[in-house]
Amino acid sequence: MTKYKTVFAGLDGYQKGGVEVINDDPKNYVFSNIFEVATKAKPWEKVAVAKNQEYVLEVIRAEGTSSWRATPHDEFAMVVDGEVVIDLLDPEQSLVDPSASGSIAVSGEPKGTPMGKITARRGHLALLPAGRCYRMRAEKPSVVLLQTVLGPDTVERWSEICQKY
Amino acid sequence: MTTSPIQLGDVPNEHGYRPFTLGGFHFERDEHFVHVTWPTGRHVTAAEPFLKAMMRDVAWNFFYGTVNFDAVIGTLNHYGNVDLFAGRFNEEYRKAELDHSENFPHDEIKATFQAILNDWVNADFDPFAAPMETGSAYGEKTGSNTAAVTRTRIAAKRMVGLPDDEPLRSDESGYPVNRAFLDVDLDEPIVEVEKGYEKEVSAFNFFGYLSRSDVTWNPSVVSVCRDSLMCPTTEEFILPIIHGNDRVEWFLQLSDEIIWEVEDRESGKPRAKVVMKAGDCAAMPADIRHQGYSPKRSMLLVWENNSPDLPDMIARGEAPTVPVTF
Repeated sequence: MTKYKTVFAGLDGYQKGGVEVINDDPKNYVFSNIFEVATKAKPWEKVAVAKNQEYVLEVIRAEGTSSWRATPHDEFAMVVDGEVVIDLLDPEQSLVDPSASGSIAVSGEPKGTPMGKITARRGHLALLPAGRCYRMRAEKPSVVLLQTVLGPDTVERWSEICQKY
Repeated sequence: MTTSPIQLGDVPNEHGYRPFTLGGFHFERDEHFVHVTWPTGRHVTAAEPFLKAMMRDVAWNFFYGTVNFDAVIGTLNHYGNVDLFAGRFNEEYRKAELDHSENFPHDEIKATFQAILNDWVNADFDPFAAPMETGSAYGEKTGSNTAAVTRTRIAAKRMVGLPDDEPLRSDESGYPVNRAFLDVDLDEPIVEVEKGYEKEVSAFNFFGYLSRSDVTWNPSVVSVCRDSLMCPTTEEFILPIIHGNDRVEWFLQLSDEIIWEVEDRESGKPRAKVVMKAGDCAAMPADIRHQGYSPKRSMLLVWENNSPDLPDMIARGEAPTVPVTF
């Protein structure tokens, strides 16, 4: 029986494919590599790597401790490299308009009830529930892929991260 | 042209397979091939790829946009009703006026396709399985495989694993780790929950969940953020359809490698080859069709915007065919 080796990638190593054009513009495919993006990102920057109208997938370089954030809708955090601890808090009072888009940073320590914490490693997916607050911690540089809505802190730098030629 | 009645064949042919008619389209199969005829032409194709393509079309409810079974036969989803076509997206068929299209209510065409699968898929063939994990689609009729051809596509309401949502997979629930993913870590995240928050503090091993998938090329909804759907899937061998997009679709390669052949949606002329390795992220524009090749079983995150308004917005030119410009 064949012994298969599943190839994942990370900050320590990735191979990049690409768009081989026949009759098209490579920019139409908005091609990037999330680990290349995370390598060049500042800690906790929320860099969009995919966008479909108002929705985005963001890459976050997790390193140290993030600020607390409040999210008006569910978000989902997939750890794609390293290990990240997520603290969850039920705020004493609502910190975000439920009709808003994307999470917002909360200054300082929000008052509220601790909900629990999640220790997630590569390949784990965590719910960041609507109306709650969360904070992430990573002892070593790690990478999170966030399913969310374009928000005030989403960074769009497509020309820097995507294949152009 | 609009709806015509379905005719399900009552009498099997000498190979044991029943014929089917849907409007002006007539379907027959023999030991090796499927034969499709319509008022202006005919088409013959091998039974295995035809059944694999039809299986996806049924399971996905005709999916987002066009499902080309091959360069000739396919369906175009109008969400509520569906076009069945021959040569509609083939420039030469259109020039020769051999193309043909008929519109059917969703339930009518789905019932016909399901009936074809029930009759034409033999007992040891699973159209969702990788080639090395299933028997042959060919030969005379030998039983049926109802369990395989009536699988329901998994669609989480919020996130897989939450109470009252789609369950996780395990050995006990009939999802052993696939032979190609035996080296994938199955450790679960550490979830520490305060009392009263059991429905909100939740996480699971997403890669482990995927390693237990028993199907290929069948995206299932795992997490939902408004109309944003994360639809991971495991891929091996060839995507059995050529998917014509009616909206932008995104791929994020989670493991291994897939090579995508991209063609113009209308003419089928080649536009690009997109090679995706672990960590690569790419959009499929709304005016192309694509088919993927996965040499080893791989994990692919398909990310969709499920908004029902998008196809019309793109058709009216109110939304671009590419997700961003830079």
